[in-house]
Amino acid sequence: MCGKKLSEGAAAKFAELDAFIDGLGIDLEDARRRGRLIQILHRAQDIFGYLPREVQAHVAKKLLLPESAVSGVVSFYNYFTTTPKGKYCINVCLGTACYVKGSEKVLSEIERVLGVKADTVPTADGLFSISALRCVGACGLAPVMVINGKVYGKVTPAKAVEIVNEYKKLG
Amino acid sequence: MDQVTVTINGTQVSVPRGTTILDAAKKIGINIPTLCYCPDVGCGVPNKPASCRICLVEATGIRPRPILAPACATPIERDGIVVSTNSTRALKARRTVLELLLSDHPKACLVCTKNQECELQKLAAEFGISEIEYQGESNRFPIDESSNAIMRDLSKCIMCRRCETVCNKVQTVGALTGYGRGFSAKVGTASMVPLADTSCTFCGQCVNACPVGAISGISYVKKVWSALNDPSKTVIVQTAPAVRVAIGQEFGFEPGKPVTKKLVAGLRALGFNKVFDTNFSADLTIMEEANELVNRIKENKNLPILTSCCPGWINFIEHNFPDLLHIPSSCKSPQQMFGAIAKSYYAEKIGVKPADLIVVSIMPCQAKKYEAARPEFEHDGVRDVDYIITTRELCKMFREAGINLGNMPDDEYDSPLGESTGAADIFGVTGGVLEAALRTAYFFINGKNLDGDAINFRAVRGLSGVKEAKVEVAPGMIINVAAASGLGNARKVLEMVRKDPKRFQAIEIMACPGGCINGGGQPFIHGQTDQLLKRMQGLYSEDERKTLRMSHENPDIKKLYDEYLGSYGSEKAHHLLHTNYHQK
Repeated sequence: MCGKKLSEGAAAKFAELDAFIDGLGIDLEDARRRGRLIQILHRAQDIFGYLPREVQAHVAKKLLLPESAVSGVVSFYNYFTTTPKGKYCINVCLGTACYVKGSEKVLSEIERVLGVKADTVPTADGLFSISALRCVGACGLAPVMVINGKVYGKVTPAKAVEIVNEYKKLG
Repeated sequence: MDQVTVTINGTQVSVPRGTTILDAAKKIGINIPTLCYCPDVGCGVPNKPASCRICLVEATGIRPRPILAPACATPIERDGIVVSTNSTRALKARRTVLELLLSDHPKACLVCTKNQECELQKLAAEFGISEIEYQGESNRFPIDESSNAIMRDLSKCIMCRRCETVCNKVQTVGALTGYGRGFSAKVGTASMVPLADTSCTFCGQCVNACPVGAISGISYVKKVWSALNDPSKTVIVQTAPAVRVAIGQEFGFEPGKPVTKKLVAGLRALGFNKVFDTNFSADLTIMEEANELVNRIKENKNLPILTSCCPGWINFIEHNFPDLLHIPSSCKSPQQMFGAIAKSYYAEKIGVKPADLIVVSIMPCQAKKYEAARPEFEHDGVRDVDYIITTRELCKMFREAGINLGNMPDDEYDSPLGESTGAADIFGVTGGVLEAALRTAYFFINGKNLDGDAINFRAVRGLSGVKEAKVEVAPGMIINVAAASGLGNARKVLEMVRKDPKRFQAIEIMACPGGCINGGGQPFIHGQTDQLLKRMQGLYSEDERKTLRMSHENPDIKKLYDEYLGSYGSEKAHHLLHTNYHQK
């Protein structure tokens, strides 16, 4: 899901998205079609890694909605991103349980080591981007860090850096 | 209907079940302040997101304990509810809401385009706000002046979302959306691109809807003052039909009262060398358009013909219906016909180089600013129309110059571009262009004028959004016509045309609900749509006042064809008076 650039095989990605949308059997005269947007945007972000203007415009055209309607939804939800992500997306949970167990220190250590702030740009080599998120529902493992869907529990700042270095070796 | 009784500030009132507290209070003369709420942003569509909370009142009997409820969105569903609009709790809550709104507002009222017309400023005055208790973060956004028609200053946005409602629900343009969330949320465009890069038609209905100064027109007032004070320029002005029935209310006249002659005197006092009338070129438009209508009906080709006077509407079809771009009339709008004739025929006549002749338009419209700047309307580096001033902006120029229209004498338009018939006056209201075209088309087909009352095509009059009628243009020859105003209604009619191209033969479309009388540059009506009715009546009274009521009877138009253009639809007429459209 992370680490994909629009230019790499864009046509195939748009085709994949179109196939998904067509498969939903949406009635383009039904005003409620707007309600399918989130589902479609989730898939679009899975395919493209992020939701640049071209992708939003494409979805809008496909559903016969104004581009502004799609953009409004994308801008509202934190989950959606309009900037490309690194190959590995590091999510550090700042939910209550993780926070009291020191996840903020984990986050700032990763930010220091990688040299980028959370929820901004990926690292210069395109390998990592960092996000802060709220509760992944694994409070028993607090503090929790998630990298590309894989959950790491009971991390310390030092442990977190070790894990990140493992990914760095993979390249 | 099922009635319920509610007590507001000690007075009992009986209202239909489901009436809001706001409407019930209004019924007994109790005013509750509102801000995001607007009863009608256009075509009867209200804006009531209940987001600003300035209308909070204290209500007992809705929940077990007394609650603070937004009056605009709280229906009275049962008997026995007791409302206090002025309890300590309600007053305190409303004041807090207002102070919080003001804490994130620039408070630069002295230098705001909306100064003295701002609903937020008015509330601050009414509440007697003398200091803002809350000092904190405030949103600052860059000003968007990307288009040559509409400016957005989002730092002033209070998120009432009226603009978003009118853009999406009334006009179905979809240029605006709520963007982001929480404190930094604002009404933006898709991906926050500049307005010029969106599907915006520049109809300006958002400008009219905005209660504050977050959306306004791009002003050319300074440029006009410079031109007026430049002795090397001859500066002439044209006035659109709808201006004359709207500007009076700003100077103490009854809303809708035609003040044409005072307007002429006022413009002359500002220093314009000649005061002309867009009505003249409206008559000219009818000559060309009626000719086109008759030809298309005879050839049964490219029907239905769509009117093309309204630049907001032209932008709309270029963005949304590229498959139908062959059916609008190829006629330029009256504003642009005026510019083209002024910088050719008139410039030659008075021996002034087109570059030294400045054409200023007084328009009820923001989209006219966009239209005048279209690349098609420039010849040898000289624009056909140089600057557009809206009705509201003209009011400001008059005030700046110390001119009160109420004190002006009666004056007449100059010749030769000032003469007009009643057919031109009604261009300013939905259905009017169609009616004017039918009057002259009848003459073209039958070689004689309509008799007596037959000149009044009442079926296409009135402010409803879509009007359909059958019209006998020659004995036994009936055509189906329609007039739509408001772009949402335009969309409906165009979809009908897509499904059944033979359903209509002629359609008039105006971007603003009600036509130019409700244009994006007209004096604010703040949701009081009865004022539109008065402006409409004002225009029909101007039409009836005139002895000449059909465009082909205009003596100066006849002269223009005799001396310069040749016949209707001639090559020269095509070169000067017609245009084409492009997909956007």
